[in-house]
Amino acid sequence: MTETCQYLNFKTEEEFPDLSKHNNHMAKVLTKEIYGKLRDKQTPSGFTLDDVIQTGVDNPGHPFIMTVGCVAGDEESYEVFKELFDPIISDRHGGYKPTDKHKTDLNFENLKGGDDLDPNYVLSSRVRTGRSVKGYTLPPHTSRGERRAIEKLSVEALTSLDGEFKGKYYPLKSMTDAEQEQLISDHFLFDKPVSPLLTCAGMARDWPDARGIWHNDNKTFLVWVNEEDHLRVISMQKGGNMREVFRRFCVGLQKIEEIFKKHNHGFMWNEHIGYVLTCPSNLGTGLRGGVHVKLPKLSTHAKFEEILTRLRLQKRGTGGVDTASVGGVFDISNADRLGSSEVQQVQLVVDGVKLMVEMEKKLEKGEAIDSMIPAQK
Amino acid sequence: MPFGNTHNQMKMKFTSEQEYPDLSKHNNHMAKILTPAMYERLRSKQTPSGFTLDDVIQTGVDNPGHPFIMTVGCVAGDEETYEVFKELLDPVIEDRHGGYKPTDKHKTDLNPDNLKGGDDLDPNYVLSSRVRTGRSIRGFSLPPHCSRGERRAVEKLSIEALASLTGDLKGKYYALKNMTDAEQQQLIDDHFLFDKPVSPLLLASGMARDWPDARGIWHNDNKTFLVWVNEEDHLRVISMQKGGNMKEVFHRFCTGLTKIESLFKDRGHAFMWNEHLGYVLTCPSNLGTGLRGGVHVKLPNMSKHPKFEEILKRLRLQKRGTGGVDTAAVGGVFDISNADRLGFSEVELVQMVVDGVKLLVEMEKKLEKGQSIDDMMPAQK
Repeated sequence: MTETCQYLNFKTEEEFPDLSKHNNHMAKVLTKEIYGKLRDKQTPSGFTLDDVIQTGVDNPGHPFIMTVGCVAGDEESYEVFKELFDPIISDRHGGYKPTDKHKTDLNFENLKGGDDLDPNYVLSSRVRTGRSVKGYTLPPHTSRGERRAIEKLSVEALTSLDGEFKGKYYPLKSMTDAEQEQLISDHFLFDKPVSPLLTCAGMARDWPDARGIWHNDNKTFLVWVNEEDHLRVISMQKGGNMREVFRRFCVGLQKIEEIFKKHNHGFMWNEHIGYVLTCPSNLGTGLRGGVHVKLPKLSTHAKFEEILTRLRLQKRGTGGVDTASVGGVFDISNADRLGSSEVQQVQLVVDGVKLMVEMEKKLEKGEAIDSMIPAQK
Repeated sequence: MPFGNTHNQMKMKFTSEQEYPDLSKHNNHMAKILTPAMYERLRSKQTPSGFTLDDVIQTGVDNPGHPFIMTVGCVAGDEETYEVFKELLDPVIEDRHGGYKPTDKHKTDLNPDNLKGGDDLDPNYVLSSRVRTGRSIRGFSLPPHCSRGERRAVEKLSIEALASLTGDLKGKYYALKNMTDAEQQQLIDDHFLFDKPVSPLLLASGMARDWPDARGIWHNDNKTFLVWVNEEDHLRVISMQKGGNMKEVFHRFCTGLTKIESLFKDRGHAFMWNEHLGYVLTCPSNLGTGLRGGVHVKLPNMSKHPKFEEILKRLRLQKRGTGGVDTAAVGGVFDISNADRLGFSEVELVQMVVDGVKLLVEMEKKLEKGQSIDDMMPAQK
């Protein structure tokens, strides 16, 4: 380390963060010993331990969710700071061990059913994931030059898509008012992050430079460029045909990946943690597949949380993470990301939501659902 | 915020053009001054503590403009920033501080006896009077850049120094992180409590990191003199009281500040100061005296007068809402303070406030009676 790292002039105890009021994964795992061992390390691009944990230091806890409290600044973060990340990954991903292998399955034909969720209850279906482009650092750390290079590569790749994937790119910084209105009405527009979980990690720097939205003409497949990850890929449509959503998701994603590979910038992936993303919670598949579903009765049932846990599902408000539900409509999605494949996770959503809608219907008729409580998946 | 310098070196792989920020929609001092050529010359540099050009300008890149104020758009991470990045900061300073040249010298005058009058502002209009400044402790980097260890060392030193004050300056320190609910409520009621910054101008520069670690408030038992530790600057020193006796506020300000400075010196830590920039602070707008002296004053008629802005300008005063910077006025009550910081002494600036507010109140009274104020218009000070 050079003489410029003057914080090393202070002792470990003097620099160790006060985590006494904290409740996130990082705070549960980080000890003075680990901090002492890792504080003088950096990744090849210069990401340090303090960079990794800053968001967790600045955000002690969250009312709705157990936050991770750390981020990666590049692919190597997960290796250089293994001693911190491995236990967090294990804690967050149901005991996933440093020696475990992750399975990728983007063959949509392996999904059973999923085309018949009741649209009277299931208002919309959506599958998203993230992808990181190899050779660049991640959003907490990227420079403007890198971010623009990622955007350029992404625009090239996306504008070469055709058929059902033919579409257009809208850079955030040169969007017209009309385009912006339209994207808001379509529920496509992402805005500058306001969540302190994200802003404290530095991923909103230089906004809106090199950020943008690409979507197909049909408005069923969209890609966010340079938000929380290099790419967020989203397949969505109204109603309950998750099968179709997942098909389009898999096909589109693989088309995109091929193009990036041709440019010698494949996606970050390894057989241990699968797809490498900014937040450790998104490792593995990076997949969140879910529905907006009306469950006014079930959501007030005493066993609602228990049922979700057993189905390996999680609930969010319809504004996404960090929001509360409105009018009994919930965002229900898979809770897992790592240690199970894309197909397996979407299968859990499809089967679980089908069951919950049946439960909702029973409760509407004033009937009990005790006999329907599922076993732990 | 990444401040390892491996990162800065890595960015050199991209051309200056590829890294240069898009400032096309920006309107702050940094955006007016920075050019691609200047960026190219400065991008490989860093201060001894590792602060880089991108660190300096990040807040200005992230915040294109502000509805009420012309923001500075850059910050210092340490004392050396003003030297290493002179090429950018000198013109910013010149633009912000009325043509102050790189060769100019700044005068410090903290002798309260040099202030004329100021003890008779009409309390029916002038609700409160306040003088604040900032101080940085030499040897530590500044809030956008300091580590937790540094920040805690600044806090420790400050607590020791303040604890040795006596007489009407005797007081107590309240660390933000272990304040009781009762203490917190009292500090809020006294209008002393500072909260975690919410302004994106401050957040984007990194000064809210690790909140509330090593932040706190010290105030005297009389509640007329207080010190903020590790907010936007290492220290913010504030003298305040209800009513219009600015003379007394300024007297306490000077006496307290001078005492504190000698206590720090006794412990081997001077305040950052040089004869060109005066007191060195985080934001270039606060260089020189770092002093903002002002009043909360009722000017409902005056503030609607078409010449209000012009009058303020001529008096070298500025207006803010009563929530401080970034806020709007409520109920015709304005925060009126000196606009200058650098190139004038403390006494000179407070004199402008005292004289200017006296005039504004007289104008308000005339307007209340439906009389004209045209013959009262001041010359440019």
